[in-house]
Amino acid sequence: MTAITVELNGVKVNDDVEPRQSLADFLRDRCGLTATHLGCEHGACGACTVVVDGLATRSCLTLAVMADGRAVSTLEGLRADPLMTLLRRHFHESHALQCGFCTPGMLITARDILQRYVHPNAELVRHELSGQICRCTGYANIVKAIVAAGQDIPHEPPAPEPAPEA
Amino acid sequence: MKSAPFDYLRPKTVAEASVALGRRGANTAAIAGGQSLMPMLGLRVALIDLLVDISRLDDLKLVTETLDSLWLGALTTHAAIEDGKVPDLFNGLLRRVAGQISYRAVRNHGTIGGSVALADPSADWPCCLIALDATVRIAGRGGVRVERVADFIHDSYSTTLTTGDIIVGFDIPAPKAPLRWGFAKVARKSGAFAHSIAIATQAKDGAISVVLGAAGPRPRPMTATANQLTAPASSEEQVRAAITADFDAHFADLDAYQKRMHTANILRAVREMR
Repeated sequence: MTAITVELNGVKVNDDVEPRQSLADFLRDRCGLTATHLGCEHGACGACTVVVDGLATRSCLTLAVMADGRAVSTLEGLRADPLMTLLRRHFHESHALQCGFCTPGMLITARDILQRYVHPNAELVRHELSGQICRCTGYANIVKAIVAAGQDIPHEPPAPEPAPEA
Repeated sequence: MKSAPFDYLRPKTVAEASVALGRRGANTAAIAGGQSLMPMLGLRVALIDLLVDISRLDDLKLVTETLDSLWLGALTTHAAIEDGKVPDLFNGLLRRVAGQISYRAVRNHGTIGGSVALADPSADWPCCLIALDATVRIAGRGGVRVERVADFIHDSYSTTLTTGDIIVGFDIPAPKAPLRWGFAKVARKSGAFAHSIAIATQAKDGAISVVLGAAGPRPRPMTATANQLTAPASSEEQVRAAITADFDAHFADLDAYQKRMHTANILRAVREMR
């Protein structure tokens, strides 16, 4: 077992983990944060996407031990985030989910898109979402919600989280 | 998709990492971004006793412009290149290549060193670095060596790396004039593994080079094609014939469909360059 300290949704968490444990399993099984969903567990579906040191990250392709000393945000920790609040409203209004399994990854990725692009159009959003799979195939409304949320941001998008320390 | 158990080390220096990777009697692997290794561990196609985490080694993070080249540390991520955080000496080619790799969340962590070390036949960086005639610097137990990337990659997933070796970074010679280039890729969807990667470049003296990737075990320069393109007033028929000659020389296993696809892709890259 390896001791790690992770700043998880703003709270320092100390734990001992098996080196082979993925960050996704750590979040779900050790920390009880089950908003992070596991679909494919090899980086193809995007359902497990979380934020590590400000960067959208596949938590199935990251080991918990590699998150030692990093700041991790899951959907649970972004409840009060203004951009996520805006996205949540637009996902609701555009009916941008069906079964909801892909939604956590969609929301984290949507937030990342809106942090990097001002007023993204549908084509750009579709390209940027190509790493997120919705098996209900409900993409039309997801794209619509993200484009509409982008239009609702009046000026520059909020500054991204600080870059990771070297 | 759970990996088999392994031990984990996070050395403080490249030398320490090299020693750890060379541990006697152990199957070891270095992890940087882990965006390819993690699925391989999960699928258990890679079985290791010891994982050596090199992702925090500052010596592998250096990015610098020298008098006549660009140095990219092995830990440079695809996203850093995509976002223009490294000097652009190649008229945007590196940014274009980086931005097409997999998906953003993967590009945030996947590294150029990891991509070349794995030497997946359909990976973008081996093809690009061979097209730019880059060299790779490797630190191992026997010291440091420098090889052309074209010589470093032997075969599918096969390089000159031996136990204890770590890629430090890449030295990419700067072109004498703004680089003219074309990049074309065939993939089932954006971010998927490539079925064809073609990079065409033109130097200051007009000489054209073409490299084709994802068509065989490793990317290969298409020399007959390049010569035909460099010759004045080549017809498309002549260029197509030269491409076929290159297929016969380097990619003899291609079927009729693959030949048509790669030919179309090469011509797309060449058109973009002109």
